[in-house]
Amino acid sequence: MENSAVEERPKWDNKAQYLLTCIGFAVGLGNVWRFPYLCQIYGGGAFLIPYLIALVFEGLPLLYLELAIGQRLRLGSVGVWNSISPLLGGLGIASSIVSLLVSLFYNTILAWVLWYFFHSFQNPLPWSSCPLNVNRTGYNVECEKSTPVDYFWYRETLNITDDIEISGSLQWWMVLCLVSAWFIVYICAIKGIDSIGKAVYVTSTFPYLVLTIFLIYALTLPGATDGLVYLFTPEWSTLLNPQVWLDAATQIFFSLSVAFGGLIAFSSYNTERNNCERDAVLVGVINSATSLYASIPVFSILGFKANNAFLSCINENILALTNEFEMPDQNITVDNYDHWVNYLNQTYPDQFSKVPLNDGCDRQKFLDESVSGTGLAFIAFTEAVIAMPGSQVWAILFFVMLFSLGLSSMFGNMEGVLTPIRDLKVLPKWLPDEIFTGNSIVFILCCAVALIFALGSGNYWVEVFNSYVGSVPLLIIALFELIGVIYIRGMKTFSDDIYFMTGRRPNIFWKACWMVISPLLLLVVFIFYVAVQARKHPTYPAWNPDYVDFPKTETKSYPDWVFAIIVLLCSVPVIPIPLMAIYRLTRRIMRRSSHHADLNPYNNYAFEG
Amino acid sequence: MLDKILFLLCLASALADERCMPDTPHGFQVRLSIKTALGDEAYVWNENEMFLFRASLAFAMRNHMNGQQFEVSNIIVCNETMRVSFWFIVTSPLDTSQLIDQENVEAAIRQSRNRINSAFLLTDKTLEFVDILPTLATLYTHPTPPWLIVFGVVMGAVSAGIIIMLVSSVVQKKRKTNRKPQDEDDDEETRVKTVENGDAHDGIHNMSFSEDERFTKM
Repeated sequence: MENSAVEERPKWDNKAQYLLTCIGFAVGLGNVWRFPYLCQIYGGGAFLIPYLIALVFEGLPLLYLELAIGQRLRLGSVGVWNSISPLLGGLGIASSIVSLLVSLFYNTILAWVLWYFFHSFQNPLPWSSCPLNVNRTGYNVECEKSTPVDYFWYRETLNITDDIEISGSLQWWMVLCLVSAWFIVYICAIKGIDSIGKAVYVTSTFPYLVLTIFLIYALTLPGATDGLVYLFTPEWSTLLNPQVWLDAATQIFFSLSVAFGGLIAFSSYNTERNNCERDAVLVGVINSATSLYASIPVFSILGFKANNAFLSCINENILALTNEFEMPDQNITVDNYDHWVNYLNQTYPDQFSKVPLNDGCDRQKFLDESVSGTGLAFIAFTEAVIAMPGSQVWAILFFVMLFSLGLSSMFGNMEGVLTPIRDLKVLPKWLPDEIFTGNSIVFILCCAVALIFALGSGNYWVEVFNSYVGSVPLLIIALFELIGVIYIRGMKTFSDDIYFMTGRRPNIFWKACWMVISPLLLLVVFIFYVAVQARKHPTYPAWNPDYVDFPKTETKSYPDWVFAIIVLLCSVPVIPIPLMAIYRLTRRIMRRSSHHADLNPYNNYAFEG
Repeated sequence: MLDKILFLLCLASALADERCMPDTPHGFQVRLSIKTALGDEAYVWNENEMFLFRASLAFAMRNHMNGQQFEVSNIIVCNETMRVSFWFIVTSPLDTSQLIDQENVEAAIRQSRNRINSAFLLTDKTLEFVDILPTLATLYTHPTPPWLIVFGVVMGAVSAGIIIMLVSSVVQKKRKTNRKPQDEDDDEETRVKTVENGDAHDGIHNMSFSEDERFTKM
């Protein structure tokens, strides 16, 4: 027997690699910039209740299911579903398409992180002050009206157009960063899990180190405790709002990165008898714990930022009052400000009313400003970093952490695409080292398509992809996964699988979740999600310097052709499921009808010429 | 005679004082925020500090208007408050009844702003000349943007890594093909033979057993 015929399936070098890879895939950017935001807007500590309930009843069962089925059938997502039933073959293809589309825009975010990382080596940081205008008589107008941080993000990084219809041109600096990001992912994933397994030693552990450093430092910043108190003070009334439960369920679902096919791929490289139940619980719990752990420094820093904004607001007022009433410098301080205001208002009301005071100096108001996503990382955090001593160090640490988080998630996304290609053997045999070349071709194609996001309107497109690709299709895929494994493969067969792998059958909790609770939860989440999205014509915030209320973003609605693309993005990943089922069904019917006469079980066609 | 001269001098100085007043069209208002700038190390504003201010302003005037020897007495200050703010006007050294116009004074201050600031350990914001905008500091523009340098370093490292991997995989393959004839079959576990109904198979699909597997229980 030749070696090439029995191709070895790659294996993890040790258990730690496997766990780190899964944890790295699950722990991503969303843990840092989505979860703290949700905690903030949904009543702080109270949000943990729906979140943990969703984790236990929805997240862990799905995770366990995927890891178990991948480990048992030892194939990527396409192969697994083909094995369970030919009618379900489309499910794997759906997972692959979603993974592919998500990789495209996710790596663009990494390109942005790289851009900021490259710029963190300057003193002073480029987003700390406005550039001068052309005549050198004043600051750039757009920067004056907004802030230097906004200007650096929207103009110097993205060079954003004011409408998604205006594509602008390819920004060469963005193309460079995008190509760099794809190169880095390529070099790490080039050899499949051999290289990924080594890379995750760094990319999965480094974020925790940085988070700890930030945690310790951020807690020493003034205003940090305000931020933390604000974050964790529970507001129990929010639990009555169904939107909170919906968001908790969706957050846990997307945070664990199920239904991408990446987890199935990773666990398929495991040894047969591996305790996947313990792995699933471990990965799920660590993912949620990381979210919680990350929200502490995030909120300390946001509290620090709010404190700074409040102080500068008050100091402006103090200066105005001191100048108007010709009082000695620093007689009015932040502490006795209110007392002085009252006194001056009563004693010299006419003069007092002439002073232009800023009424919006309220600590709570600054804390209430909630940001998530790229706004948190590239606007709020960069603004906070300027005020910290040793800004460059903190900026560099932060962006390297973001890059590691995103990179380890990208590994999972790309594996969801590459493993099925490998398993399906779609590549021609004459390619030298077909796995390697196959991977390279996929990467080059992805990089080329992702250049869309380097256009002037790139950010708008990333938002489109983010909101629509990474949401509805995943819910549908997960629902079909549950149905496929539990009802089509059968609970009994699946229990046997688990008994074979771990030595004991799943207990009543898992069975109840898989058979009833999780599908129900997913169905409810899906229906509500679609209902909420479909209620209004989708809009997006556009950065338009000519807008009346600039620097506020202008809310524009998507034009029809973009709306058509959105519908395509939601449906194209999901269409393979019914299409494949119909295709296989018709083939089976046709085959049955054409060979009806020869259906003799003793007629073995395999040996015919 | 002497009385007349004395009287004229008094008149002149009185006149000069009258010309210095708030909102004068010939001078500027100055505001100092010493405590804000220096905190605990703030100095007390007194007569000597005022003398230094007048001297530094005379210096600025000398620098700007070449040849004219401005003295401390040419800088007239009035309306000093507790804020530490005051108005000042500048008289010509050649004729004390003549006031230097605002544009020249402004240009002189702009030119020597840095020197005046450093004499008092203050900045443009804390030593404020009302209505004179500070000249904007132009940011240092690097000949090569530093971000490109960092980008070059990172990409160089990554490209080197890719090339090393490519070369090593090719070398390994060559070594494997050389060793192949002597290689024994390894005794690693082969993968589980799974039930695959997929179409990606070599050989002829065995029709007889494919149709009813899922539906009939034997």
